[in-house]
Amino acid sequence: MSATGIGAPVRRKEDYRFITGKGQYTDDLTRPGQTYITFVRSPHAHARIRRIDASAAKGMPGVVAVLTGADLAADKVGSLICGWAITSKDGSPMKMAPHPAIANTKANHVGDPVAVVVAETQAQAKDAAEKVVVDYEVLPAVVDPAKAQAKSAPQIHEVAPGNTIYEWHLGDQKAVEAAFKGAKHVTRLDIVNNRLVPNAMEPRAAIAEYDAGNDSLTLWNTTQNPHVARLVISAFVGIAPEHKLRVIAPDVGGGFGSKIFIYPEEVVCLWAARKVNRPVKWVSERTEAFVADAHGRDHVTHAEMAFDGEGKILALRAKTIANLGAYMSTFSSSVPTYLYATLLSGQYEIPQIYCEVDAVYTNTVPVDAYRGAGRPEATFVVERLVEVGAREMQIDPADLRRRNFVKKFPHQTPVIMAYDAGDYNASLKKAMELADVKGFAKRKRESARAGKLRGLGYSTYIEACGIAPSQAVGSLGAGVGLWESAEVRVNPTGSVEVLTGCHQHGQGHETTFAQVVSDRLGIPIENVSVVHGDTDKVQFGMGTYGSRSGAVGISAIVKALDKVEAKAKKVASHLLEAAEADIVFENGQFKVAGTDKVAAFGDVALNAYIAHKFSGQELEPGLKEGSFYDPTNFTFPAGCHICEVEVDTETGQVEVVAWTAVDDFGKVINPMIVEGQVHGGIAQGVGQALLENTTYDTDGQLVTGSYMDYTMPRADNLPSFRVETTETLAPSNPLGIKGCGEAGAIASPAAVINAITDALGTEEIAMPATPAAVWAALQKVNQSRKAAE
Amino acid sequence: MYAFTYHRATGLRQAGNMLGKLEDSKILAGGQTLLPTMKQRLASPANLIDLGKVDGLKGIELKGRSLVIGAMTTHSEVATSPVVQQAIPALAELASMIGDPAVRHMGTLGGSIANNDPNSDYPAALVGLGATVITTKRRIEADAFFTGLFETALEADEIITKVSFPVPKKAAYMKFRNPASRFALVGVFVAKRSSEIRVAVTGAGASGVFRVPAFEEALKKRFSPKSLEGLSIPATGLNSDIHGSAEYRAHLVGVMARRAVAKAG
Amino acid sequence: MPAVSMTVNGKPATADVEPRTLLVQFLRENLRLTGTHVGCDTSQCGACVVHVDGKAVKSCTMLAIQAEGANVTTIEGLANGSQLHPMQEAFREHHGLQCGFCTPGMIMTAVDMVNRKGNELDDHTIREELEGNICRCTGYHNIVKAIAAGARSMGTGGARKAAE
Repeated sequence: MSATGIGAPVRRKEDYRFITGKGQYTDDLTRPGQTYITFVRSPHAHARIRRIDASAAKGMPGVVAVLTGADLAADKVGSLICGWAITSKDGSPMKMAPHPAIANTKANHVGDPVAVVVAETQAQAKDAAEKVVVDYEVLPAVVDPAKAQAKSAPQIHEVAPGNTIYEWHLGDQKAVEAAFKGAKHVTRLDIVNNRLVPNAMEPRAAIAEYDAGNDSLTLWNTTQNPHVARLVISAFVGIAPEHKLRVIAPDVGGGFGSKIFIYPEEVVCLWAARKVNRPVKWVSERTEAFVADAHGRDHVTHAEMAFDGEGKILALRAKTIANLGAYMSTFSSSVPTYLYATLLSGQYEIPQIYCEVDAVYTNTVPVDAYRGAGRPEATFVVERLVEVGAREMQIDPADLRRRNFVKKFPHQTPVIMAYDAGDYNASLKKAMELADVKGFAKRKRESARAGKLRGLGYSTYIEACGIAPSQAVGSLGAGVGLWESAEVRVNPTGSVEVLTGCHQHGQGHETTFAQVVSDRLGIPIENVSVVHGDTDKVQFGMGTYGSRSGAVGISAIVKALDKVEAKAKKVASHLLEAAEADIVFENGQFKVAGTDKVAAFGDVALNAYIAHKFSGQELEPGLKEGSFYDPTNFTFPAGCHICEVEVDTETGQVEVVAWTAVDDFGKVINPMIVEGQVHGGIAQGVGQALLENTTYDTDGQLVTGSYMDYTMPRADNLPSFRVETTETLAPSNPLGIKGCGEAGAIASPAAVINAITDALGTEEIAMPATPAAVWAALQKVNQSRKAAE
Repeated sequence: MYAFTYHRATGLRQAGNMLGKLEDSKILAGGQTLLPTMKQRLASPANLIDLGKVDGLKGIELKGRSLVIGAMTTHSEVATSPVVQQAIPALAELASMIGDPAVRHMGTLGGSIANNDPNSDYPAALVGLGATVITTKRRIEADAFFTGLFETALEADEIITKVSFPVPKKAAYMKFRNPASRFALVGVFVAKRSSEIRVAVTGAGASGVFRVPAFEEALKKRFSPKSLEGLSIPATGLNSDIHGSAEYRAHLVGVMARRAVAKAG
Repeated sequence: MPAVSMTVNGKPATADVEPRTLLVQFLRENLRLTGTHVGCDTSQCGACVVHVDGKAVKSCTMLAIQAEGANVTTIEGLANGSQLHPMQEAFREHHGLQCGFCTPGMIMTAVDMVNRKGNELDDHTIREELEGNICRCTGYHNIVKAIAAGARSMGTGGARKAAE
């Protein structure tokens, strides 16, 4: 392993600009003549828009334009769409309601845009926005997904009777029922997977600029996938043809899924920029982000697991109601279906699984993928069922897991996925050693002496990453393919630009992708730059989400490097005057096998471009190759997280005192970056389990609308983590990479809740286990103990 | 933030005059609560009178058995002052728990108590220690100063200049933070001064800081956490929200009071 | 509009501003020092932390006009030319950043922390002192490591104190 090659903890190339304040985020950019836009948002969860009076606003200082949904409709700007078609069990298609970028007739959630003000300064736009008078007819609202399908519930969209988007299912219902009949033990749980607000630290932003000379538009946008944004905005919203729209995603400050989606704000900025013929800038405020960024999770589930007398799992069934909010966001439909039910087998051999999912509209902010997307929800269901089952049957939870682990690969689950590689015993064993599970009883006694309860919780999780091959996802309803592209441009001086369709917003691609190139071509990592995030520079690509950049994005680079090497060998054969078959490439040099004749990579690159040694008719000059790589399977990262907590019984405060993670990510390119991804994921999962919750009141007002009420994990909420890996290579891509971005967020909520319930001696605790909730749970335990005495 | 007119005061009298005369005017001290409120457009004063350059409002001084702290003294200055740490360590510690380090560099004693946020820390210290608020016009006992939610006894043109804290024999502050905002969900300040014992609670009360006579009586018999065992306060009149029911807050008042007494030693 | 004058990263800066202009707006919009970020509107995230007269403050919770006559240091003023400040170096060495958005505020807070608390900082102290800085990417693990290392490095002979 070289100091900068695959497997080396290379310090990040991108860091210099960030630690010196020279990052260029969207809000850092200013265009000449720039105006500012403010969105007038509905204060009501559900209200008919009777009339909008913009006259006072138009008269305010600095106002350039006031635009409404009626203007948008008049300009025939298309609706935002959801790009993954789900079919209900009765064969009917999902009920996708129109989603205008500015509501025209009815506002469907608090924060739904109803008008915009464009002004010379941000303050003027905000001042004028308050003068837009909207006459609302307030309608009753529904926010609770469990109540959305009731006959008495207010109807949100005409196309979706009973607010039901789809009633979908997966698995063999009859076989599952039969398995349950033969069960020795059945564990049953009611689970609410709490709604979260992603909260990337950089709020979303957009600047749109119209070039009247070329009738083209440029959008600088906080997006995780600029090409997909351009495609949707062109093909569906119809703002401009694809070749007349350039989307640039400069430095982006975190995404976690929330910046995948195509939102009303960027569409409106583009439309308004052409209308006022000046650049239009929008920067979300944090409190605005709470009602404008897609939320995550929000499932209500009843789940059951059937066991035989030996603790072997016979079957699992689950019924989930998924809240998709007021509109179907870009990939919302896929999250509670193919990203959720397909993972319900966990790391276990489960002969039969059946899952029903009803997706519903409510008068809340749209819900879509958030770090893990469906897989944290699935892991929580499976890992809670297994843990509670073990406790009920008085089997050691680690032992019960071991008895049921998938041990032979490939393994076909009853829910589509074919696990191709893994060693679940290995990660469990290593994690148990690192966490000193043997010493837990002693630590529990010590805590008891200090008046505290101590608990330990496991989560042996699996995820499906990469979200490809395209043919497979297409058959499941995806509107796009999920391959990735790369172009490797070798310059005449031997330096390299890698153009990737992935986009980095914290992942460190500029370093890891360069490591792969440096490793393969034997050139210094400084000589490699990674280009991404600009549709004018980079070939079409699918962006970054679903832990796909390593498994799919790097694989595309590897394939392009294969082609570069093949072409370079041809050039070298001319340069070294040897047969192409005799050329070998080692340590950055082309050699003629069995001789001492060598050519450095740089010499070959130069000769490829000057083309003096070969006929341009036989061999094209230049050294630049591209690849569109489509994997042969999903990848299946898996591992074991062990959480240890201490509970202050007087206050209900839970402290996470130790965390051990052992993950199998396949081939690791940069262990430092991989560990960082795990740390961040765990923090978000601990946040979900202990701190974060999105609360609406019954009128649909968001109660947790800022950091004053929405609890973000802070440094003192978390311990330092013990993070290690095991390795089985993914057979579905050339380097054997599985992906690491979401594992922490997928594994951790179940580990936390399993630890807390272990400490408390009750399973009756929902996420987030806030001090107040834990205290209330303890009161119940004490009361029932007293009653029993 | 709505537009406003800014006035940089150069003297207290001038500031008081402006405050009395200018329509819809407000004092800007450290700004750590006022400015966020204005940014959210929840407050819209027409005139802001900045005390930042007024001399004589900062400082910490031990005068006999009283610790006198200027209104514009920052939380960070109180927290790190050797004088405060020596005389009333509980007060230094309370100041070190307000907001975060950057907020403590700007936020001031006077600004905090004039705002009387029901979840802020200083009101518990003032009432717990039986402090006296000194203004441009008079001296006001802490018990009479805090009159309700975001309400004080201050008159329209009256400005706090300093606060005088009697030095207690023993004192301690225990705070249970709101997990999100980090303000006090429940904060209890306990102080023993010769014969007088005070227990002041912030965060819990629907109308701000309050004393707990039952706890004070019990502690008079013996200043020990044991004296509070089995005692609780009724949940009626306490805040109830997503971070904790009134019952939970009532329970926490007991827990934090016991812990404060234990800490005071 | 009233005029405001201050020294920013060692250079005088003067402008006429609306009174409601926040210090962070003055830095970002008037001076184009965009390294200082805005991540929330309730004074909690700390992405906007700068030093005013040597002390960490949230520049989103201070009017530009309040900084009249003050000496302000932003992330752009921390390095000594091309030589990074030891705290910047530590964040890079210990992978204390991912998306980079909270990083300037984190680093300015960390330098202030060392100025107040010294060069030997344990994990508990660092985590408590970070109460006013939110990061969504790193889980804080490597930020804590970076600050401990940066603090030590600031104390050793080769390192300089903060630029102010």
